[in-house]
Amino acid sequence: MSVLVFVEGLNGEIKKSSLEAASYGSQVAQAMGTTATAVAIGDVHEEALAKLGEQGISKVLYDADDRLKQFVADAYVKVIAKAAQQESAKVLVFSNSNIGAAVGSKLAVRLNGSLATNVTELPKMDGGNFIVTRGVFSGKAFADVNLTSDVKIIAVKKNSTDIISNAGSTATVEKLSADLAESDFAAAPKETVMQDTDGGVLLPEAEIVVSGGRGMKGPENWHLIETLAKELGAATACSKPVSDIGWRPHHEHVGQTGITVSPNLYIAAGISGAIQHLAGVNSSKVIVVINKDPEAPFFKAADYGIVGDALEVLPKLIEAAKALDK
Amino acid sequence: MKILVCISNVPDTTSKINFTGDNKEFDKNGVQYVINPWDEYALTRAIELKEAKGGSVTVLNVGEADAEPNIRKALAIGADDAIRVNAHPKDAYFVAQQITAVAKEGGYDMILMGKESIDYNGFQVHNMVGEMMGIPSVTPAFKLDMVDDSTARLEREIEGGKEVVEVKLPFVASAQQPMCEPRIPNMRGIMTARTKPLKVVEPAGGEAKSEYVNYSKPEKKSGVKLIDAENAGELIKLLRNEAKVL
Repeated sequence: MSVLVFVEGLNGEIKKSSLEAASYGSQVAQAMGTTATAVAIGDVHEEALAKLGEQGISKVLYDADDRLKQFVADAYVKVIAKAAQQESAKVLVFSNSNIGAAVGSKLAVRLNGSLATNVTELPKMDGGNFIVTRGVFSGKAFADVNLTSDVKIIAVKKNSTDIISNAGSTATVEKLSADLAESDFAAAPKETVMQDTDGGVLLPEAEIVVSGGRGMKGPENWHLIETLAKELGAATACSKPVSDIGWRPHHEHVGQTGITVSPNLYIAAGISGAIQHLAGVNSSKVIVVINKDPEAPFFKAADYGIVGDALEVLPKLIEAAKALDK
Repeated sequence: MKILVCISNVPDTTSKINFTGDNKEFDKNGVQYVINPWDEYALTRAIELKEAKGGSVTVLNVGEADAEPNIRKALAIGADDAIRVNAHPKDAYFVAQQITAVAKEGGYDMILMGKESIDYNGFQVHNMVGEMMGIPSVTPAFKLDMVDDSTARLEREIEGGKEVVEVKLPFVASAQQPMCEPRIPNMRGIMTARTKPLKVVEPAGGEAKSEYVNYSKPEKKSGVKLIDAENAGELIKLLRNEAKVL
């Protein structure tokens, strides 16, 4: 009986969201009096794998099959199911990414397990219950859910778990082969296109997000958002009206029907804070709102606020950010 | 081409969320229900494909009788017929089992739904249905076109990019923007929807694998600290020294 964590790689490194999943998994293992094993697939250097010891992982299973460098759900499921069987895993932990949640859903069927996605806290285990807290109603509420099957599968919401770092601890790395057949790759993507972030930060993984709304008055003013983001090492985002009128691409739309983010710092410039937008950002640790309307509802959800025109305030913030010691 | 579109009946995006019965139940009092916004993309795209290629669109809801006004709305938008599995949707696993039972019986070429419901945000059902039926599931897709009569080409979002996938029919896909511009019903649609078939079936057994035991709401912020616009640069210092997020 052990805890199995699925870690995703990107450009050779382990994704931050997967380091969070590993930290979550090792804490669950400790509470259950067992050890945590990670299964790694995809584009990740072997040196990065042993370092998962720092997140409390004892052993890493790695399938180096080149065909796994891109995401193919059926093949990934087969590899993880094999690792779960080999480790007699009762708890499986994923990051709540498009990949993690997809693979977790398929494994729930294959392993006859209970699945909770969007999980924000460590499980409470007592009296035979296994209760996790997950975000529901698009950020407007939380639910406590009892996972009743023998096998429990958890997809952990990004930026909701602190990364453990026991410097110097290493995990043992073992090869794993799931004997994948050609047919496991039948639904492999024809083509994968990564966004050109121009050296910037990807929104779903970002710790700081600078976001603009209609108060930016037009796409020609977006250089202010982009410059501040660059100075702070942040990703850029926008409100729904802004993506609807085509000032910014859809993948930057944050809110109830866009993407939900939970960075350490969310800076909203010229966004009034409709309930649907708040739902997408309200689990951010610190929220800054810049709006010329002092009655804008967003100020009620903010930690810091500036009442003023975003086009006049942003240059002052950029100047101050440039003056920071980095 | 036979397309099955699964829809959820969810609180409107403007709803304030409250709970009753010692925080054990969602408070439906005063809440307006709508077709799950993500499902509207799946529904409209299905209708567009039917208009271009022929075939039929069937709407499926796993839910109680109070979902019927929104099922009728889906018929008014352009679906041909509807099925309601008469059951409280206990969890994603339960719902996926019901969809699978209906889908196996109906022999559909395509099973579409939104990427998640805006109430329970599971992002689970589509992949579970694909796995239960042993057919590919492509999620979350923002583009869906037919290459020929038996192959679809989809673009799906991955973190930081997209993948282009081609799959043979039948398959499952979940939809998100900008797949299409969701339609609203016109008067003619509303009139004809009244006479379109809506079949109610009992659930095909099936079990839930999780129990919702309690709800809570996020803690309120303690209040905003305002910084004078003239000294806006002060904010950056506060974010570093006080909030410690820079």
